[in-house]
Amino acid sequence: MKRLILALLLAAAPALAVTPDEVLDDPALEARAREISKELRCLVCRNENIDESNAELASDLRVLVRERLVEGDTDEQVVDYVVGRYGEYVLLKPTTTGANLILWITGPALLLIAGWVGFGYVRGRRKAPDASATGLNAEEEARLKDLLEE
Amino acid sequence: MIVELGHFALVLAALVAIVQMTVPLVGASRQWPGWMAVAEPAAIVQFLLVAFSFGALTYAFVTSDFSLRLVILNSHTAKPMLYKVSGVWGNHEGSMLLWVLILALFGACAAVFGGNLRSSLKARVLAVQSAISVAFYGFILLTSNPFTRQGMPVPMNGEDLNPLLQDPGLAFHPPFLYLGYVGLSMAFSFAIAALLEGKVDAAWGRWVRPWTLAAWLFLTIGIGLGSWWAYYELGWGGFWFWDPVENASFMPWLLATALLHSAIVVEKREALKSWTILLAIMAFGFSLIGTFLVRSGVITSVHAFANDPERGVFILMILAVFMGGALTLYAARASAMEAKGVFGMISRESALVTNNILLAVASFVVFVGTIWPLVAEMAFGRKLSVGAPFFDAAFTPFMVALTAILPVGAMLPWKRGNLRRTMQPLWGVLALSIAGGALVWVMQTGGSMLAPVGFVLATWVTLGSLVDLWTRTGRGDLSSKLRRLRSLPGGDWGKSTAHIGLAITVFGVSGLTAWESEDIRVAYVGERFEHAGYEIELREVHDVQGPNYIATTASMAIYRNGKEIAVQHPEKRVYPVAAMPTTEAGIDNGFWRDIYLVIGDRQSDGGWAVRTYVKPFANWIWAGCIVMGLGGILSLSDRRYRIAAGARQRKSNATGVPAE
Repeated sequence: MKRLILALLLAAAPALAVTPDEVLDDPALEARAREISKELRCLVCRNENIDESNAELASDLRVLVRERLVEGDTDEQVVDYVVGRYGEYVLLKPTTTGANLILWITGPALLLIAGWVGFGYVRGRRKAPDASATGLNAEEEARLKDLLEE
Repeated sequence: MIVELGHFALVLAALVAIVQMTVPLVGASRQWPGWMAVAEPAAIVQFLLVAFSFGALTYAFVTSDFSLRLVILNSHTAKPMLYKVSGVWGNHEGSMLLWVLILALFGACAAVFGGNLRSSLKARVLAVQSAISVAFYGFILLTSNPFTRQGMPVPMNGEDLNPLLQDPGLAFHPPFLYLGYVGLSMAFSFAIAALLEGKVDAAWGRWVRPWTLAAWLFLTIGIGLGSWWAYYELGWGGFWFWDPVENASFMPWLLATALLHSAIVVEKREALKSWTILLAIMAFGFSLIGTFLVRSGVITSVHAFANDPERGVFILMILAVFMGGALTLYAARASAMEAKGVFGMISRESALVTNNILLAVASFVVFVGTIWPLVAEMAFGRKLSVGAPFFDAAFTPFMVALTAILPVGAMLPWKRGNLRRTMQPLWGVLALSIAGGALVWVMQTGGSMLAPVGFVLATWVTLGSLVDLWTRTGRGDLSSKLRRLRSLPGGDWGKSTAHIGLAITVFGVSGLTAWESEDIRVAYVGERFEHAGYEIELREVHDVQGPNYIATTASMAIYRNGKEIAVQHPEKRVYPVAAMPTTEAGIDNGFWRDIYLVIGDRQSDGGWAVRTYVKPFANWIWAGCIVMGLGGILSLSDRRYRIAAGARQRKSNATGVPAE
């Protein structure tokens, strides 16, 4: 009995991500399907794309993507179709519309600001500063010198 | 009994920590030596108490003491001993106990090895360190007590540790990560102590560097282990997923890397002081944010095993108090940190400023990407995902820029440099790298630019680092240069080694991503199929009984030119107690490539679903991490860090060591 239960558990173990019966015969179409799959999120998984996921829903989505491709949809049309059905939550690469602009612009904008501040700082450091900047007294300066020259 | 003593020791440690947090701080501000001196013994006693407490919990796991709730939930008598021990931290409560153990360990280390610190600075460092401990003791005792007993009846056996965590790679992944996270608390404590003191000098930079270096080293190893584990355990050979939990460890790593570099400027040139202080605060802040993200389960992910809102709020409060307090103090005091060093636009200093800008902005990009789904949902009512494609696009350019400027920046002289002179020994290296990249591009017959660019950058950084090391040996004939090469300080060797490690990882990542190939098919026992120049034969498939799992194991032979080169045994496992399946890939490791075999379901016609991957340069990714870690160790071995030891040595020997 116990063996039977274990055997059932094994049988219930999830399938591989992409299973052989899902693969399309046309390699070009299949390659496109794989690329699209990598950008679509498995809705019931945690941060997995449907290409890698073992979940049943991911498998359904993979089949759906392939069906659309076989029917002649372009890549964008397939993605739009899936987004239309499941919402933008399926997109692992967020769109650049609306508030998402903040997300996309953060990097370049911060880099510009940081670059500008950094440039200003470096330019300021070309001039000699005033003395006694460390706030150390003479004794501490001597000890510091002692330590660093070791 | 031992468990009760462990619980008691934890409460005592919390009380000692409260004393260590307050008395030395008052002593330092009033200049009372007796009060300041309390910090040292308190730090050591606190560590011993937590260590005992942790030992008691480990004892409970090893002896499968099912009167403890934590042991019931996370252990099982049939579990191998290694995982009984690693089960101690493979859960929320135990991992928080490990967290405070490491906090106390770092405090005790600072107490023992910080002999040369100013007494007021040392007292303040230990007090701040202890304040962090107090917050986490409160967290453990109030919300996540590992010593909670199970009422009657006590079950006969436990519920087993999450099978995914029953793996040697993952058994040691959390301790290393925690050593890294918590190691950054030392940098934080030093930063706050310096703000309280109101002065930052070159010696401060020198003191804070080894602690940051140690934290960075552990983070590097911890992240590498985690990535390696994901590669062989999750069943498709991915090595990095931009999962929130991975990002939680990656952000502190990026900032720790920035901090390492900016602290050099503080030490050598007494500039960038207030920035370095801010970086130290932020680096630990990101460790806390990471803890918050992981522990609260606010962003659900594979690793989040606690999703109790009460705990999340508590950590958020810790985060708010420490970051709020630290930044307020920073705002009040930072302006007092005037820089001393003067340097030109083209100089090592400005190269390190650029390094810091790139690393800090990159880590902020990761941060925004990680929390964006949360922000979008709360502020804009949009439910969306931010996954690997975003991070690949938004993060990679920073790493490309960083590696592109690295060899030049590493060789620029301090104060004032001349780009033409610095580039002189590097032109050949640059030409060679670009030629190599062009060759790679031709050989792969066009296609993605990823691999050629990765190759150029990796070669450029590797050869550039070697040139850097070689030019440090000065002039003279070959033998005297070689002699001087051997006696170069550990810091120089560490720098070049760590940079080469980065290059190896960069190359591994780009090579694997660009050239990986995959084959999915139904294979029949006894039949051979060809993939990417290898022939694979599925020999047999049978069921195996493991200690606490059952598995379907395949035996697969790999042939090259008709000759058998390896036999692998990919497995599909089920852990009945946890009712959870896992895949164990069969991986033929190689220097140039891994062959990665996965066995899937039995098909209706008697065949088996089989996936075969050839993954070029996969091991280079983690080899690079190891080399980076080695660089860290070499730098730590630099005798200039052991100021205290050196000072003692000089007293006993008047002639002393020759000046450097």
